[in-house]
Amino acid sequence: MSLSELTGRWKAFSYGFLDPSAKRELRRKMIKAVAVPGCQMPYASREVPIARGWGTGGLQVTLTLVKPASVVKVIDQGADDSVNAASIRRFLSRVSGASETWDTLDATLIQSRHRIPEERLSRDQILILQVPNPEPLRGVEPNMSTARQMHADADYGRMWLQLYEQMVRSGRVMLGASYPAMVNGRHVMTPSPIPRWDVKKLHMAEHLTILSAGREKRIFAVPPHTRVEPLVFDDVPYKVEDHANLTCARSGVTGYFMNEIPQEDGSAGYEVSDSHFGIKAIDARDGGTPTVGQTWYKNGELA
Amino acid sequence: MSALMKEAPRLVRTQPLMELSGLSKSYGDVRALDDVSARVYPGEVLGIVGESGSGKSTLLRMMNLEESPDTGSYRLDLPELPEDLFALDRFERRMLRARRIGIVYQNPHLGLLMKHSSSGNVAERLLVAGERRFAVLREKAQVALEASEFPIPRMDAPPIELSGGMQQRVQLAKAIALEPAVLLLDEPTTGLDVSVQALVLDTLKRLQQERRITMVLVSHDLGVIRTMADRVMVMRHGRVIEEGLADQVFQDPQHNYTQQLVHAKL
Ligand SMILES: Nc1ncnc2c1ncn2[C@@H]1O[C@H](COP(=O)(O)OP(=O)(O)OP(=O)(O)O)[C@@H](O)[C@H]1O
Ligand SMILES: [Mg+2]
Repeated sequence: MSLSELTGRWKAFSYGFLDPSAKRELRRKMIKAVAVPGCQMPYASREVPIARGWGTGGLQVTLTLVKPASVVKVIDQGADDSVNAASIRRFLSRVSGASETWDTLDATLIQSRHRIPEERLSRDQILILQVPNPEPLRGVEPNMSTARQMHADADYGRMWLQLYEQMVRSGRVMLGASYPAMVNGRHVMTPSPIPRWDVKKLHMAEHLTILSAGREKRIFAVPPHTRVEPLVFDDVPYKVEDHANLTCARSGVTGYFMNEIPQEDGSAGYEVSDSHFGIKAIDARDGGTPTVGQTWYKNGELA
Repeated sequence: MSALMKEAPRLVRTQPLMELSGLSKSYGDVRALDDVSARVYPGEVLGIVGESGSGKSTLLRMMNLEESPDTGSYRLDLPELPEDLFALDRFERRMLRARRIGIVYQNPHLGLLMKHSSSGNVAERLLVAGERRFAVLREKAQVALEASEFPIPRMDAPPIELSGGMQQRVQLAKAIALEPAVLLLDEPTTGLDVSVQALVLDTLKRLQQERRITMVLVSHDLGVIRTMADRVMVMRHGRVIEEGLADQVFQDPQHNYTQQLVHAKL
């Protein structure tokens, strides 16, 4: 009896670039993160072939989740065709055999920097957000171990005080991206630098969102059907960016989050930030029949 | 009137509001508290005197649940609290502190965020207790600052830009913002100019008379204790060596050490 008779034919034990133990750790931390929504779980961030600060946290999560049957979409500020998005997407498909897409509706895994697509995500999809600064308390408590203690105690008085101070100084809350939000009524998280427009999409969503910071080595999650409530005073309503009445110069759609394009005459033009959503709109205008999903916002209002 | 008020705790046999029993605490070789018991009755001012290092601040920190003793227990006569408050966890302590206990420290840096607005310092207390309406936060912060005789036009100035006396008023406003069951004062006027000191004491006295706030006042200044306190506790080397009605202790001190203290002062 020889060794080869006892064993199967050799084949790659794992795919998706990461070694099995790295993936196992990430899986465990993701499960923990799902079990305690919004709570930051530390993990041993591995080296991946992109530089820290360029989405390594998100990439490790996606590499752990990806399988040959996956369909991956990668966006950078809403665009599928940026250099970073394209190279991460290609890397993912090369190391896993997964197929690539730009279409939100087709994707099973969506890795994103700074945006959530305009078309609603479903229960079969996972959104992976790249997070540069996972700690919402950093601004009020520079000591990280004290900050963790504060999370453990739900001690968010300082966080609220920061909002109070901004109201006193400028009459409004001066937080754009990374607006802090209470998850499941217990942990305050910073939802990565997505605009205020997108924070609302996380509330009671159908899909799972995993947020991962590679440099800071933290994973946290928003499971489906979980409350995500931006920290706001009862009498000072949460305001999303004033984009409801802007029209995309290329596709003609109105009522979605826009990128501002400076014009030569000094004025501002606008293009819809979710680039593939814009492509679909152009296609429809030109007589095509693209499948456009339900959108979170309708006529500039959250549906 | 004032004589009657001073007698009140003894004549009316009420339950103590606050009862600490058998507190001991050591820091390494230093025995900061050695079997200290104390009772505070509703509406009274308990003065604690004693030389530096006698354990006054340590005792106050325990009353504020900032610290736990090695042995001993702490009861507050308020609904829904356990027999021994030292059994509360950190979260429950923070909530109890925010809602029911006010404290003013000698050092304003201990009690205030020096670079936040003064009103924000007061509002923080309300925020911790769960208030989420901005207009109500503003309103209540202003009311508390007014009660502390703080100049309202400066309510959004950070304490770091204020005088020592004003900083103490901000601490006081924060401490009374939620009508605490007890107000703890650890040398609230020490280090202030004598004239400023008198003004802050006036405010405290007024608050005491108008609202009958129960206070525990620590000072090594017998003059301060004498003007403010109904009852006095004298501490030395972590022990209570004498205790009684203020007039009694000052007129007829029993303990040798107290006699020296009182006579040195008079
Ligand atoms: N956190 C601590 N660590 C070590 N020793 C401490 C600590 N807190 C208090 N002590 C010691 O316990 C003793 C009592 O201190 P405490 O601050 O209670 O005295 P005090 O009566 O308030 O004095 P003062 O009038 O100077 O404020 C002192 O010997 C002090 O050095
Ligand atoms: Mg002291």
